[in-house]
Amino acid sequence: MPAYVVRRLLVSVLILLGVSFITFVLLYVLPADPVRQIAGRSATAETVENIRRELGLDRPFIVQYGRYLLGLVQGDLGRSYLQKTEVAELIASRLPATLLLMLGAILAELALGLTLGILAALRRGTMLDQTLMMASFVTVSAPQFVVGLLLLYVFAVKLGWFPIGGYGTFAHLVLPALTLGILGSGWYSRMMRSSMIEVLRADFIRTARAKGLTRARVILVHALPNAVLPVIAMIGIDIGIFMGGIVVVESVFGWPGIGQLAWQAIQRVDIPIIMGVTLVSALAIILGNLLADLVAPFIDPRIKLK
Amino acid sequence: MTDVTAADPARRPASALRRLIRRRLALLGAVLIVLAVAGAVLAPWIAPFAPDEQLFDGLTLEGAPLPPDGRFLFGTDLLGRDLFTRILYGARTSLIIGIVANGMALVIGTLVGITAGYFRGWIGAVLMRFTDLMMAFPALLLAICLAAIFQPSLWIVAMVIALVNWVQAARVIYTETTSLAERDFIAAERTLGAGTGRILFLHILPHLVPTIIVWGTLGISTTVLLEATLSFLGVGVQPPTPSWGNIIFENQTWFQTAPWLVFIPGAAIILLALAFNLVGDALREVLDPTQRGRD
Repeated sequence: MPAYVVRRLLVSVLILLGVSFITFVLLYVLPADPVRQIAGRSATAETVENIRRELGLDRPFIVQYGRYLLGLVQGDLGRSYLQKTEVAELIASRLPATLLLMLGAILAELALGLTLGILAALRRGTMLDQTLMMASFVTVSAPQFVVGLLLLYVFAVKLGWFPIGGYGTFAHLVLPALTLGILGSGWYSRMMRSSMIEVLRADFIRTARAKGLTRARVILVHALPNAVLPVIAMIGIDIGIFMGGIVVVESVFGWPGIGQLAWQAIQRVDIPIIMGVTLVSALAIILGNLLADLVAPFIDPRIKLK
Repeated sequence: MTDVTAADPARRPASALRRLIRRRLALLGAVLIVLAVAGAVLAPWIAPFAPDEQLFDGLTLEGAPLPPDGRFLFGTDLLGRDLFTRILYGARTSLIIGIVANGMALVIGTLVGITAGYFRGWIGAVLMRFTDLMMAFPALLLAICLAAIFQPSLWIVAMVIALVNWVQAARVIYTETTSLAERDFIAAERTLGAGTGRILFLHILPHLVPTIIVWGTLGISTTVLLEATLSFLGVGVQPPTPSWGNIIFENQTWFQTAPWLVFIPGAAIILLALAFNLVGDALREVLDPTQRGRD
């Protein structure tokens, strides 16, 4: 186990290096010139050249990348071109908002997905089951911004129950978390349904029934814990999926997290910020997957890590 | 699987029923796809107006868009253009990108997967590690970055989506190829002196066709959603070319007073993505015998 973890962590570092390299290459070949953006339209050729030299953008690609890596191992993500602030600082100040949103989203998707999946499994083959499974298809077919705008329109504009975007109170969190949660719940309800059906087929459930236990007891005490664990073990993978989605959801709801930071940086060609957010997101995805893999053998001893 | 079903007679009719219902859902999906294709192809004949025509009577006196009525089936947009017309032409964008981008992704994914799976060794290792690397990328962020870097046009957007979306297909094809490559009939071909190209394309590829069809169908749905999202953010297909995503992008400011400008294209996106998901899922059941009777 420790050897496995060490190896996985080493591979993770390599993958992160790869991500940083590819992103750097992409941004390096970028046709939009960040120096022009910083200098403004009326800048003289001389000013432009000065800024370029100041930022080190006149150096060869390899030197620039080497410098970036050197900073990276010291925890330095560089400075924003436009705001002149440390990128690490900017990300650190935005990260709590994003983590809060993710926590809300995970709770929402579990609450929705598990409940609906269990219901569908228990009412297997009925109208309810079919409706719920159809609904799960719809949620995996819906883009985040449409669901977000729909929730905004109904619950903020029409009903006025929640604020129209922003950050600060619990009420601000509900709609963006629900947007991500609804979209994630379809997948969970399908997983939960098949897991529950499989467990209900198992011999120990038949034994429990044969002992004369009540239906409620069989389901809640014997079936549910066994069925729910493998599904919950997938949360790690979700972190990655959400990392992609936050750009959209944060921009729809004006949520001041790293997704919004990235989106603003992309529009202004603020490369250090784009690099920083990409790396942080990749790290989250890698750690999430690692978490899912590490949790699996505890939940199902038949799974061996190799 | 089959014995379990046989041992439990009560489940038999239920699963047969389910399969029937599945097919009905697939039928619904197919109908939606046919409608979208018909709308896209026949747009110039069905559409009551030209897609860029700013109609004289398309706005209220105050300059606001008109809600759906008899003349404008889906209402008008912020420039007084007919939304129904733009939705029809938008279907072209979605379908072209869905098919082109997903086709490219499928070709890349198949080539990577089949090469890595057949040769294994260092070629396979390098290719699969690269796939792992791509999996660690926040896909949407990468797509947004790429789309923002290049001046987005229809074909650039398709290319960006393909570059981001080939990974899943590559992994599935890889797994299938590794198990196929170890089968006796492939060893027999090799002994008979068949060249690598012949084995790969005449003997392995045909066995991958069902997988490719399933992933091809499901992938269109992912592609449609990605295009819509990019266009909604303004880095996808650029106006005035109508795309369901950029219709919402353009009209966002009217979202509170003219919600149809957001929810009609939004519904179109969901229905098209749903259609390909339904058909793809049914295809998976029909084409993959190990899935039969499961779930």
